[in-house]
Amino acid sequence: MTEFVSTGSLLEPHVVEGSGDTTMVLNMGPQHPSTHGVLRLVIEIDGETILKVVPDIGYLHTGIEKTCEAKFYQQVVPLTDRIDYLSPMSNNLCYCLAVEKLLELEIPERAQWMRVLLNELTRLNSHLVWLGTHAMDIGALTVFLYTFREREEILRIFEHISGQRMMTSYFRVGGLALDPPYDFFDRVQALIKILPEKIDQYQNLLTGNPIWINRLKGVGYLSGPDAIALGVTGPPLRASGVDWDLRRDMPYSSYEKFQFKVPISTDCDVWARYIVRLEEMRESVNICQQALDGMPEGPIKADSPKVVLPDREKMKTQMESLIYHFKIVTEGFTVPAGEVYQAIESPRGEMGYYIVSDGTAKPYRVHMRNPSFATLQALQTMCEGRLLADVVAVIGSIDIVLGEIDR
Amino acid sequence: MATLRKDAALAEFSANPAIASLLAWKPAAVEDALWDRNELTLTIARDDIREAAKAVQASGYNFLEDVTAVDWYPSEPRFQVTYHILSHSLKQRIRLRVSVPSDDPVIDSITSVWPSANFYEREVFDLFGVRFAGHPNLRRIMMPDEWEGHPLRKDYPVEGYR
Repeated sequence: MTEFVSTGSLLEPHVVEGSGDTTMVLNMGPQHPSTHGVLRLVIEIDGETILKVVPDIGYLHTGIEKTCEAKFYQQVVPLTDRIDYLSPMSNNLCYCLAVEKLLELEIPERAQWMRVLLNELTRLNSHLVWLGTHAMDIGALTVFLYTFREREEILRIFEHISGQRMMTSYFRVGGLALDPPYDFFDRVQALIKILPEKIDQYQNLLTGNPIWINRLKGVGYLSGPDAIALGVTGPPLRASGVDWDLRRDMPYSSYEKFQFKVPISTDCDVWARYIVRLEEMRESVNICQQALDGMPEGPIKADSPKVVLPDREKMKTQMESLIYHFKIVTEGFTVPAGEVYQAIESPRGEMGYYIVSDGTAKPYRVHMRNPSFATLQALQTMCEGRLLADVVAVIGSIDIVLGEIDR
Repeated sequence: MATLRKDAALAEFSANPAIASLLAWKPAAVEDALWDRNELTLTIARDDIREAAKAVQASGYNFLEDVTAVDWYPSEPRFQVTYHILSHSLKQRIRLRVSVPSDDPVIDSITSVWPSANFYEREVFDLFGVRFAGHPNLRRIMMPDEWEGHPLRKDYPVEGYR
């Protein structure tokens, strides 16, 4: 059925009407430092004006969805970390929520609040990396050093709680892996106490800077209806004036118990996305503070011995717990047949896990709906008619992670 | 709420704008309905998917979240193409499901309704081999152009062919 498939090069140069000049096809990536990974863009330009941008992806495709089908449900959690190196906890959470929905499992309140706290720290972590690298792409190298200083402390907190800086795998189906260590809350408190001041500092470095303003304002225009038509979610959607945040509008994991503002902007450009993300960082700090203040006491795992691994202590003293432990580890736990779609607001937008179960201990199908994948489709609309140098600013503003695009 | 099958689900959610608009347009297009785990699923006849997508969009479900597929090998119809559609105003989600047989794995593209379906349909074509009629640029997206086979099919080994 070859008539469906076009092969050959992605773009061909052609003669510009009127002038008789020929356009130029330029290859950007996959090893370009400001494409944040292995993104290849084929760009057709007339002089310095962009006519067409065609993203070529798949360089990082590792078949995670296929691998998931060969693993037990609990073995998929570490795979979800590796989709997005900047927001492992969001991926963990979304996967666990989806499986818990299939199992119709109730999660204790403390576990839900801990998940919110860690997800907001993940959002701060991701936005700090975004701000540093986005500024670096545009030529403001200093900001990177400042944002990575604070990010380092978040990574240390992650290491403290889970034993890993980046690939945390801290969430489990049914709750959390471990109780947080005794000084965990103090460290988070110390961090979020200084963060608002640090965010002011970044803003002082950038917001008034005339080069920064000229490179960002009016660049990469994406209207609200276009953003919806092209599947854009998260901060780029809110920067296009669409007031939509899954945390507030379709709450999950007790988000309905937190008060926070959803920053939006109607400027629709790269500048708007910068402002929206900065404000989001402030709101994340606010949510972290509420989570710390109101953190409930209680268990961190659901009371479901067939799904949740027993405590080490119980395993050594109770025969039943030992049997359950043995069965979960060797055979996995079965999940009733059905299909669910669970979406959460990840730092980059709507992340969704679609899981189909056939009633066995291994998922029949796991599909990840990743925000960057859809947002990349808007690149053509945002870059068309602009200058070549704006491509770098636009890519920085949509904050893509190639791991989650290619999976 | 418990699981509701076809007629019970349609009766319970007769006020749902998507269901109302689909039934008003063509009752035969809705082959099945299911309410399970607080999620509403409609099975749409294969030939009607593009028009059904238009009807759902017109009823207020404005945002296409996801297009993907499931391979039910060896049973027939083998493929299930799944669409997740969100309504920003209703704060609700609906799932459309279409069965596609393996001897003629072709389905209409909905890129004319939601341009965002472009990459998703390319992904389904690449990894499952389901073709989308009317897609503007149906080429592989994850795998190299010259790759043989469709990796997410159930008869494709996890380690690949050796």
